Amino acid sequence: MSVAAKHPALGGASGLAGLLGKVLPVVTVVMGIIVIWYGASVMMNRAWTLDQMQRQNIEMTGWEIVAATMTQERPVLPPPHQVAAEIWNTTIGEPIMRERRGQMQGNPRNLIFHAYHTLWPTILGFAIGGFLGVLLAVGIVHSRAMDLSVMPWAIASQTIPILAIAPIIVVVVSNLPALNNAVDQGWISDDTKLLVPKALISSYLSFFPVVVGMVAGLRSPQASDLDLMRTYSASRPQTFWKLRLPAAVPFLFTSLKVSIAAALVGTIVAELPTGARFGLGARLLTGSYYGQTIQIWSALFMAAICAAALVMILGALERVVLKRMGARA
Amino acid sequence: MVQPAMALDAAKPEPVIAAQHLDLTFQTNDGPVHALRDVNLTINKGEFVSFIGPSGCGKTTFLRCIAALEHPTGGTLTVNGMTPDEARMRRAYGYVFQAAGLYPWRTIEKNIKLPLEIMGFDRAEQERRVKNVLQLVDLEGFGKKFPWQLSGGMQQRASIARALAFDADILLMDEPFGALDEIVRDHLNEQLLKLWARTEKTIGFVTHSIPEAVYLSTKIVVMSPRPGRITDIIESDLPRARPLDIRDTPEFLAIAHRVREGLRAGHAYED
Repeated sequence: MSVAAKHPALGGASGLAGLLGKVLPVVTVVMGIIVIWYGASVMMNRAWTLDQMQRQNIEMTGWEIVAATMTQERPVLPPPHQVAAEIWNTTIGEPIMRERRGQMQGNPRNLIFHAYHTLWPTILGFAIGGFLGVLLAVGIVHSRAMDLSVMPWAIASQTIPILAIAPIIVVVVSNLPALNNAVDQGWISDDTKLLVPKALISSYLSFFPVVVGMVAGLRSPQASDLDLMRTYSASRPQTFWKLRLPAAVPFLFTSLKVSIAAALVGTIVAELPTGARFGLGARLLTGSYYGQTIQIWSALFMAAICAAALVMILGALERVVLKRMGARA
Repeated sequence: MVQPAMALDAAKPEPVIAAQHLDLTFQTNDGPVHALRDVNLTINKGEFVSFIGPSGCGKTTFLRCIAALEHPTGGTLTVNGMTPDEARMRRAYGYVFQAAGLYPWRTIEKNIKLPLEIMGFDRAEQERRVKNVLQLVDLEGFGKKFPWQLSGGMQQRASIARALAFDADILLMDEPFGALDEIVRDHLNEQLLKLWARTEKTIGFVTHSIPEAVYLSTKIVVMSPRPGRITDIIESDLPRARPLDIRDTPEFLAIAHRVREGLRAGHAYED
């Protein structure tokens, strides 16, 4: 009887040591990466410093050269502190909103503003992709015809380079009469209209992991689990809701995490070829136009932070849901 | 063959399951496999029937035929006078698998409610029945636990409770205690006999343990493989009240001996 009553007790004293045990490896890896990064910065930026030295005909000691590679305006590889400073200056150091022509607007100098413009289409695209993915998976599992016809197309869709079809989608969607009508009628703003093609491209990338994961999940019940349902003469919908779907939940969360990262990539890619003014993709593009490597790197980091945050939110949701579904603590 | 304890019913045995010339052939890539050939058997109401034999003798397949999980390719099979499919639709039986097969995302209580939800019992009735069967298998107070929090024996008891919840007259058990250790098994066998006495169900029980079959059954069906067929049907004359130490009596050993002979006669041990 005590077997069921026993619960693993988490000792308070071991809490700090446990936390340290978790943090220490991460910190070690980060330190390692930073050291390598600084080394690479010096190596890659040195050429420009040496070139300047020659042109201006000045002598520099080794340490002076190293110092000079740390502070270039357009370094080949900006060192970590320059990227950190840029991120600080363009988030905390800039107001998110600014006044323009008597109106408060988002401030395009602020990186958070750009992140916001990328995150919304990402979340929208993820929602569309996730929903579509689950729907397709349900169809594939329940219909042999769909199993044979949809899966090859889904796989084929992912072999097309997204960069190649993104402009096509943007042009087609932007010119949809229904969408333009909605703008003319004042139902949606121009900014919202721009969001639609981004979200669609993002969903194009994010539906696939969900289909694959969900099909595996819905097929995960064992023969005996299905036999049990048959002994109750359960209908297909009953078997779906009471067996297949709950069994698929762990698979769903795993694929959603892959999917939301793909959705973010999709949105950023969608911003690249379209001359988008706002968003992390737009920020990357302007950075590369003007050789602003520091700006490019800070935008990349912002994208990584966004992806990490989204995956972490899903991870937290996963833990809550699976705990309620009886997963071992 | 009339047993003292069955004297009251024995006047008119009521057949619950009847198989005549039952055949089942699976078509495989390596040619047809005769899982069952010419199986003739009648199981009467209230009997405890064990099926014993080596793997491949068709004992599980026969149980699955009764449950309409497999469909015979020849002969007739009736359950409560109906086809197995009709009988299943009318909730004729509860089925207990070798693995407890509790859904890990449902608590014990919710697992037992699973058939009740599917069959459309109302909430209050579900609660009442869960309470009732948990008591029957001696698991009161464990309703809110998840399956992994219970030992293997307790999980199997929960799975029996689930099969009992909707009050089917027949209980089909496919090696339910096969994965459990000897001590737990003895205990569960004892409990199962008590449960059978209290509920008066008809039980079909697959096993490959001779002592288990003899200890539990009123009728032992010995089967042999290739093709799967019945080689002997033994009516047990042991009294219905069976303490565990009945297994040391000469009567018990005599039946066990006959079962062993039957298995040998069917060439069960070759290769």
